[in-house]
Amino acid sequence: MRRDRLRAGARLGARLAVVAFALSATALADGSLVPAGSGPAFANQVEAALVRSIVDLRGAALKSALDQIDKVLAARPNFRLAQLVKGDILMAQAGRPVAFASNALPAADLAPLQDEARARLRRYLDAPPVDELPEALLQLAKDQPYALLVDTSRSRLYVYANDLGTPRYVTDFYISLGKYGIDKEREGDQKTPIGVYTVVAEKEKVPDFYGPRAFPISYPNDWDRLHGRKGHGIWLHGTPSATYSRPPWATDGCVVLANDDLARLAKYVDVSRTPVVIGQSVRWRDRRAWEADRESFLAAFDGWRKDWESRDTGRYLSHYSSRFRSESGDLPAWKARKREVNAGKSWIKVGIQDLSLFAYPGAKGIVMATFVQDYRSSNLSNRTVKRQYWIREGGEWRILHESVVS
Amino acid sequence: MAFLIKFKALYTMLHRVSDMARLAAAFAAAWLAIVAGTAFAAPADDLKEAQKLYGQGKLEPALEKDEAYLKAEPRDPQGRFLKGLILTEQKKTQEAIQVFQGLTEDFPELPEPYNNLAVLYASQGNYEKAKSALELAIHTHPTYATAHENLGDIYAELASRAYDRALQLDKNNTTAKVKLAMVKDLFSAQKLATRAQSVGPGPSSGTEAPKGEAAKPAPAKAQAPSAGAELPAAKSGTQARSEPQRTAQVTAAPRKATAAPKPQSSGADANAQVAAAVAEWARAWSAKDVKGYLAHYAPDFELPKGTTREAWEKQRAERIERPKSIDVQAKIISARVDGDEAIVKIRQSYRSDSLKSHSTKTLRLEKSGERWLIKQERIGG
Repeated sequence: MRRDRLRAGARLGARLAVVAFALSATALADGSLVPAGSGPAFANQVEAALVRSIVDLRGAALKSALDQIDKVLAARPNFRLAQLVKGDILMAQAGRPVAFASNALPAADLAPLQDEARARLRRYLDAPPVDELPEALLQLAKDQPYALLVDTSRSRLYVYANDLGTPRYVTDFYISLGKYGIDKEREGDQKTPIGVYTVVAEKEKVPDFYGPRAFPISYPNDWDRLHGRKGHGIWLHGTPSATYSRPPWATDGCVVLANDDLARLAKYVDVSRTPVVIGQSVRWRDRRAWEADRESFLAAFDGWRKDWESRDTGRYLSHYSSRFRSESGDLPAWKARKREVNAGKSWIKVGIQDLSLFAYPGAKGIVMATFVQDYRSSNLSNRTVKRQYWIREGGEWRILHESVVS
Repeated sequence: MAFLIKFKALYTMLHRVSDMARLAAAFAAAWLAIVAGTAFAAPADDLKEAQKLYGQGKLEPALEKDEAYLKAEPRDPQGRFLKGLILTEQKKTQEAIQVFQGLTEDFPELPEPYNNLAVLYASQGNYEKAKSALELAIHTHPTYATAHENLGDIYAELASRAYDRALQLDKNNTTAKVKLAMVKDLFSAQKLATRAQSVGPGPSSGTEAPKGEAAKPAPAKAQAPSAGAELPAAKSGTQARSEPQRTAQVTAAPRKATAAPKPQSSGADANAQVAAAVAEWARAWSAKDVKGYLAHYAPDFELPKGTTREAWEKQRAERIERPKSIDVQAKIISARVDGDEAIVKIRQSYRSDSLKSHSTKTLRLEKSGERWLIKQERIGG
């Protein structure tokens, strides 16, 4: 029945076809589909051709639109959005343009594909600014050659390389996220967590549903546990063989990439090292502002280290927030113990190595610092991996939470 | 059917409006003389006879006469075109394709053979080839209305298939083939074009000739939707819906009709059935009833990669038989039933004499007859 309707439409529109054909050669792209600046190219050629095809269709350059989409479909016949765009191009050629199959298909089935088109087009129109730095990646440690940064509002995963601690844009991919959005709280809520995680494993023998491999990440981390967040099994993984890509909001909370993108991403993943920072929307800062942010934090951090070495416990404790929760939970007792320990020493040296800093996504004014602490003193020395959460309180950075990772 | 109407219109027009027919015939003859040289010499009587017989539906004798004519004039486009038509009606599609194919090679400037080739390809369901042939017909004669209409049909059919694929509805093989309009008269396009040029737009109402003309006032309209139809572009607030140019008739068409109708068993009922199926699955597992347990899996259950159904069943059987006792509790966290499909999230607590584990699982079930069977089972939530 639908077929008949499409055909009837085509007949009605047949007289227009002559004109549509003549137009296609000369019509120019609509102004609104011109990208804002010249951003980095798409890493994925399939996606690049899809986007060009949509832009051409919008500009009534039907022949070129069809060429592009045929190229896409020759490479990825299971790319559902590309099939949809092809349908639209053909309807335009039949003399009856249709925007996203409207009225040809049920709206509820189309909405996810329209969302995907929007997300992919947005990457073209509003490309990531490569000369600016993401606010969240404040410093990468030596043993973190790359960091992955997820922007849930744009359905995008960015790869940043570690240039002596400073992030440098490498590439980015389209991703699908939890069916019910972000801010995972509970098991089974089908949401994607917001926070700073690490890739903890690589699984190669997974069911077809997950694509060729999967990278589980460290949700829930210590920050999530402090906030009572539960659940498990958040992975970066691929798509089932039947589908090249999934709509932006479709997973059970996992971060899902097309299988060819997952293969590209794998080059940058180092199990138990690569940070995965998932935030609602990446904020880019120009280099100077970004450096000022980092300096301001590092000054506070170094103040804490020096004041600890000074054995002036009052100054040392002034770096801890009044909301600081020690692992035992009893703040006065913890402070008293610190005083006692420090008093029994004639000297303290605190060395810091492999410091990584992340402006914590989803929590305002929080920095997560992870580092190797080389502690030496007159009567005790140890080497631990420590994690601190710092909070900005009235212009001052103070420690909110502290724990030994290993 | 479509072609009958079109063909009739064309035929009556050519014969009733005798002035015009004569004019057109004159043009065709002159044109043909250039193309085919001495084609209108003596054997032409055979061709006329063949055409007459064909018009009367006497296919066999028509073919005989035509073959006789073609012996004398093997290259003649009229004779070959007629042969193609006869073979088409005799349902000798492959042979007819060869005839029209040959004509397109020898006379690439004639649009009619391309059109008819396209009709034959379409009748075989070969729409990509039909599309290319029609595009060539239009390339040689941009105002060829029949080819445009046929091409519109092909595009719409291909679009419909692409849309089906977008939603992964695979029903291409079951739908009827598109029927396009066959052209029965070589030089139909030329005749019409000449007539339109020499006579002007005046007396042509009621025929299909003015299609090319009628299109002229339309450009503004045709352009509007392709440039202005909202794509889901930059601004996400607005939905991509507006289509100024869609006709009332199409908009009004009921849309649900094609939306893969899913039999809605009453919601509560289906939910209860699904819950019962999951409970029964856990019970069979707990009872170490391997046969009963495996019976809950659909024949096309999605197996772990690299394994066969047999190997998987064997492994399941071993794991179920090995422990002395098993207790599986499946607590449903959420269940969504959509027609014959259900997605159920469970909290699974497994306890045997050697192992205790808790996990969240997602089961995808499909209704098969009266039973809900597991199609996919995966860990996670």
